[in-house]
Amino acid sequence: MVGSSASPVAAQGPVVSLRQVTKRFPGVVANDHVTIDLWPGEVHVLLGENGAGKSTLVGMLSGLQKPDEGEILIDGSAIDIASPRQALDLGIGTVFQHSMLVPSLTLVDNFTLGGPWWKRPDREGVAARMREQASSIGIRIDPYALAGSLSLGEQQQVEIVRALMRGSRCLILDEATAMLTPRDAEQLGELMRRLVARGLAVVFITHKLNEALAYGDRISVLRLGKNAGAMEPQVLKSADTSAAMAEVVRMMFGTNAFGEAESGAREMRAVGGRPVLAVDGLAVDDGSVPLSGISFTVAAGEILGLAGIDGNGQKQLAEALAGQRPIRSGSLKLKGVSLEKAGVGERRSHGLRYVTDDRLGEGTVGTFPVSTNLLLKQIGDRPFWKSGVEQPAAIADNARRYVGEFDVRTPSIETPVAKLSGGNIQKVLLARELSGAAEAVIFAKPTYGLDVQNIRSSRRRIREAAEAGRAVLLISTDLEEILELADRIAVMSQGRIVGTVDNDADARRKIGELMSGMTV
Amino acid sequence: MSAAQTTRTADKPTEAPPEHRREWAHMALITIGPVVVALVIGGLVLIAMGVNPLTYYSYVAGRGLFSPSGLQATLTRMGPLLLIAASLIVAFRAGIWNLGGDGQFLLGAVLVAAAGPALVEIFPVWVVLIVGLLIGAVVGMLWSVVPALLRAYQGVNEIITTLMMTFLGVSLANVLVKLAFLDPTTTVPQTRTLPVEDRLPRLFDTTVSSGLLIGLAVIIVVHLVMTRTAFGLKLRVVGANSKAAIHAGLPVPLLTVLVFGISAALAGLAGAVDILGTQGNVRADWNPAYSLTVVPLVFLARFNGFGTIAFVFLFSVLSIGGESAARKLGVPNYFSLVIVAILLVVLGLTEYLDQRRQQKVRS
Repeated sequence: MVGSSASPVAAQGPVVSLRQVTKRFPGVVANDHVTIDLWPGEVHVLLGENGAGKSTLVGMLSGLQKPDEGEILIDGSAIDIASPRQALDLGIGTVFQHSMLVPSLTLVDNFTLGGPWWKRPDREGVAARMREQASSIGIRIDPYALAGSLSLGEQQQVEIVRALMRGSRCLILDEATAMLTPRDAEQLGELMRRLVARGLAVVFITHKLNEALAYGDRISVLRLGKNAGAMEPQVLKSADTSAAMAEVVRMMFGTNAFGEAESGAREMRAVGGRPVLAVDGLAVDDGSVPLSGISFTVAAGEILGLAGIDGNGQKQLAEALAGQRPIRSGSLKLKGVSLEKAGVGERRSHGLRYVTDDRLGEGTVGTFPVSTNLLLKQIGDRPFWKSGVEQPAAIADNARRYVGEFDVRTPSIETPVAKLSGGNIQKVLLARELSGAAEAVIFAKPTYGLDVQNIRSSRRRIREAAEAGRAVLLISTDLEEILELADRIAVMSQGRIVGTVDNDADARRKIGELMSGMTV
Repeated sequence: MSAAQTTRTADKPTEAPPEHRREWAHMALITIGPVVVALVIGGLVLIAMGVNPLTYYSYVAGRGLFSPSGLQATLTRMGPLLLIAASLIVAFRAGIWNLGGDGQFLLGAVLVAAAGPALVEIFPVWVVLIVGLLIGAVVGMLWSVVPALLRAYQGVNEIITTLMMTFLGVSLANVLVKLAFLDPTTTVPQTRTLPVEDRLPRLFDTTVSSGLLIGLAVIIVVHLVMTRTAFGLKLRVVGANSKAAIHAGLPVPLLTVLVFGISAALAGLAGAVDILGTQGNVRADWNPAYSLTVVPLVFLARFNGFGTIAFVFLFSVLSIGGESAARKLGVPNYFSLVIVAILLVVLGLTEYLDQRRQQKVRS
């Protein structure tokens, strides 16, 4: 397929090229000298973890953001893409993960929305062209159907038709399969193949490695905003699936060679066998990733790492363990006490703590002072409240103590927590969750979005928590972090734990295999 | 910010007094500034209507504030308004937009007006008054049950449901007055009148109803509960970030229902105070629409109880004085609402400009 469709157009050169593109946001370099070529007649898969810089890249291609350095070449000449409209005029169409159609309007009306307001839209003409365009790529759409009545997969097909009708030569599918059912995702994959057969350049962004290998002609991997590696079509075609998969996992999660001993890795510690946190056969309902058959134990002083590609049920598991989400079946025991029916407060008072990764969304109330946020899970407890009346002195003392102990850099304990930097908000959360009688602590992506210094101090806190005899569940999408900290590592995929390995010299390879869906 | 500096301020968290004072001056400016601007714009409207604004304002001030009878009427009017304000403060601070206060108020008022004259024939006055206040609160609370449950367990937007319940409540109140509780001895459709001597006692030798004291006490208690207690903090957490409330293990649906209950009970109580203190009966088609009138005042005070007392006082002066001015100067009664509306717009603009300024300072 690749050979037959690519050969007639290969001589033209890439449709779009990014040359040494850099984009900075306050505190982060989202894209760091990224170079990527998009060839006609190819599905170019862009892989990378959350925060690897894929969205920024798409933003620059679709005219939403401008690069700080480097240039974007279209048909070989450098062009500033100033607006989404200009991107469309240049032939770059983007289909986002979430539908951009107005659900209460018919498809035709959605298509004519952008037209001049003083003209009566030519609905019949547009409908005819829609049908024609759709049938030319082998799909059927009803132009007079309400957008909201279509499935997400169908809505994406419609958006692809819209992009083609606007003359797109380069089509970006941003995490297009993330919300689709397997059947819809498969159809989208077939559609992509038909589009490239017509000479289009397709950029396919995904988390799912099997899709990348099934539909992609060329793979580029981004990691921490940089090019982490690429696979040329001829390599990809000749390599067998499992070898290619292993290679991609290696590019995504670290460039260290396989056998290399991690110098920063912890020495194996003898961990007491007494399980503190025991989960057995846990099942949790969820619209996108239901959990089932989750079983693990964490001993006192042990760090169990939970690795996996983002969106495989880690968040749901953390919430179910913390008590924010009902457990359908299975058991959760903390030091032998059954807690599966208990609420958040009761679990906390038994010593189960949860450091959320959504620091401002749910972890704190941004407009409230640091001092209040430190006690957010203890509202009404003595000595900070007596008979329900707040004791400002006790609250301030508590805040001063933890601000000092956890080195929270804040102008004052009365400062609204949202005014602090991400690293300092994380310190507030750590102070709140690690204080008092903590027995087991769940960390969800504890260093996500932090700078190097705060990453280091957060990891130190995690290690100290374990050394103090707490059972630690470390959920992270950063494999390096898990390899650095964990004693054992469980791998999560599609709402299940697909395997657990000891953190030894061979762990990286085994985890990679588990993640990519192979059995160890 | 350097580490050394942080440590120092962390050790001594008391803010420097000048900064504190500057903040105060800033607050006063963005609170009182809009009032002055609104009065000036209102004056321009008056000029356009052919009325000398100075004459109007001085007449309003004279009648609402500087004459003994006017001041007493102003203070009496504050009673129910303060209760309504307390009702709104509880709800708004908890992030719940109970805009159904008028229905809750009016139904409370009608049932109190119906029960009062009947009870007074059997029980001593103090029992009747206490029972009357309770009836108002309970009726108001009952009228919020549907929006409360819909919001707490189905996530249905309470702005719509409470407003709808107000339409129903106002109509139901009218039906009750005209069909069920009609006073047979009068020609005007109204409920039986509670004798003046059986109403809420007056303060000292004035005509000011003790409803004012109830209002003041309640709004101060509400302010303290919302700002100083664990319960108030829980409600504020729900209001400021409901995801954080769930994360912290707060029973969000239960708290939501409680907020509705308290808020609506206070609105119903306002109805009871107005009937037992001032009106004595309910005429058909009577609807003072206090709740929607007080909403902007509560916003002006930024949900602060003490600030609200000041604004409610100001509004009472405007509305009592405005009622006299309507008769004397021919300026419609509703002009006080025009002032409040202008005030709200000016307030919105002030807030917008202030935020832009703060952003500029930060960047």
